[in-house]
Amino acid sequence: MSALLEVEGLRSGYGPVEVLHGVDLTVNAGEIVVLLGSNGAGKSTLNNTLCGLCRRREGTVRFDGQDLTGRHYRDVVRAGLIQVPEGRRVFPNLSVRENLELGSFARARARRAANLEKVLDIFPRLRERLMQLAGTMSGGEQQMLAIGRGLMAEPRLLILDEPSLGLSPLMVEELFGLILRLHGDGLSILLVEQNVAQSLEIGQRAYVLENGMVRHSGACPDLLASDDVRRAYLGV
Amino acid sequence: MSEALLQARNLSVAFGGLKAVQDVSLDVPQGSLTALVGPNGAGKTTLFALLSGFLKPDSGSVHFLGRNITGHAPHESARLGLTRTFQVVQPFGAQTVRQNIAVGAHLRLADRREALALAESVAVRVNLGAVLDKPAADLTVAGRKRLELARALATRPRLLLLDEVLAGLNPSEIEEMIPVVRNLVDEGVTVLMIEHVMRAVMSLAEQVWVLAQGCLIASGPPSEVTRDPGVVEAYLGHGAAARLAARGARG
Repeated sequence: MSALLEVEGLRSGYGPVEVLHGVDLTVNAGEIVVLLGSNGAGKSTLNNTLCGLCRRREGTVRFDGQDLTGRHYRDVVRAGLIQVPEGRRVFPNLSVRENLELGSFARARARRAANLEKVLDIFPRLRERLMQLAGTMSGGEQQMLAIGRGLMAEPRLLILDEPSLGLSPLMVEELFGLILRLHGDGLSILLVEQNVAQSLEIGQRAYVLENGMVRHSGACPDLLASDDVRRAYLGV
Repeated sequence: MSEALLQARNLSVAFGGLKAVQDVSLDVPQGSLTALVGPNGAGKTTLFALLSGFLKPDSGSVHFLGRNITGHAPHESARLGLTRTFQVVQPFGAQTVRQNIAVGAHLRLADRREALALAESVAVRVNLGAVLDKPAADLTVAGRKRLELARALATRPRLLLLDEVLAGLNPSEIEEMIPVVRNLVDEGVTVLMIEHVMRAVMSLAEQVWVLAQGCLIASGPPSEVTRDPGVVEAYLGHGAAARLAARGARG
């Protein structure tokens, strides 16, 4: 297995406040890596720093053989590091089709039509609603749209930031099934989740962030069995 | 069962061709902690909006404390003691936690000092005492959810409609929040909550209503409802149902 994403000593933050105090993290090709941590631990800041939305202060980000350290988010997307943000962030006043098409704005534009078909095969419900305004769909449908939009860019690594937020148990089950299917097709995934137990069941390795640093890391079954992690994050 | 604090009768509302809520009736008993669950898009939040006056029903009625409040404005319902929270919390970011909570307190208190004092005591009840002077924008998701709860509590509600106050929290934060909600009921506030975190629903609610595609499809104690095949099919899924059953078996 080779490293697809290699993060070393990453520091970043906002204004005078440093949030990440030197994070090391690796995602190998073909892996599902789970990123856990309390609210405020720095998970979204890590995502946003990787994606160039938040300025890094120190450390390096290597992705797919390229140095992405401090690069503009446009370059990050072009390299195939695609984030599906927390809270879906679909464009509510654009149609489902328009939202999906925007996913291929910076990457894979030439194969837009073919990828649209592929995404609609994965999410038949989106095909039924292609002309509907995204803001009028339910939370679960918007989450599908956000993931579909991410897939339109032919990701090499897909970052899913709290995809199960606000979804019913049945939708969560469908979502985790979908993540496994995408992974089965060869996609590498960095999964940020509060649904700790279910995430550790489908992932290979996991990192636990605490106060902007990696506190635990290891194979998912080991973390599931670890008393520290159970106490801190599973509430049992 | 004690007399119903809130009575909804045959509530229906449609948005264009979409029947969002269809012929829903439910009774919320005084002093109870009950839950409303259902798939995304089932109409749960719409039903909350109908109960609290944010939307007018096309037909049906809402009675609170024996008074017909159908179609009354939200602030009128709030004055009677019916307050709701919102799924997407929107505090005044630049204002402190204390000032945000005081906004709720001003429903009943004109005096600024009294409102700020009430805000402080409410903050303590929901474990926000340590961050009273922080701007709301500095709170984490968990803190904002507590603030939303506190703002609603500061209106001194008799009935609190909680819309997904546990969403976005991690398992240990959920464990911290569960006793906060339970204490409210012990202090005399009746609570009806929309919640997907079934672990919390199972441990908190006396009764659950299940809404799917705008219609009530089941109601009863959580242990029974979660075994209902229709509920498993429409809402829980077989995996979650099995985990809940296993949890129940372990006691």
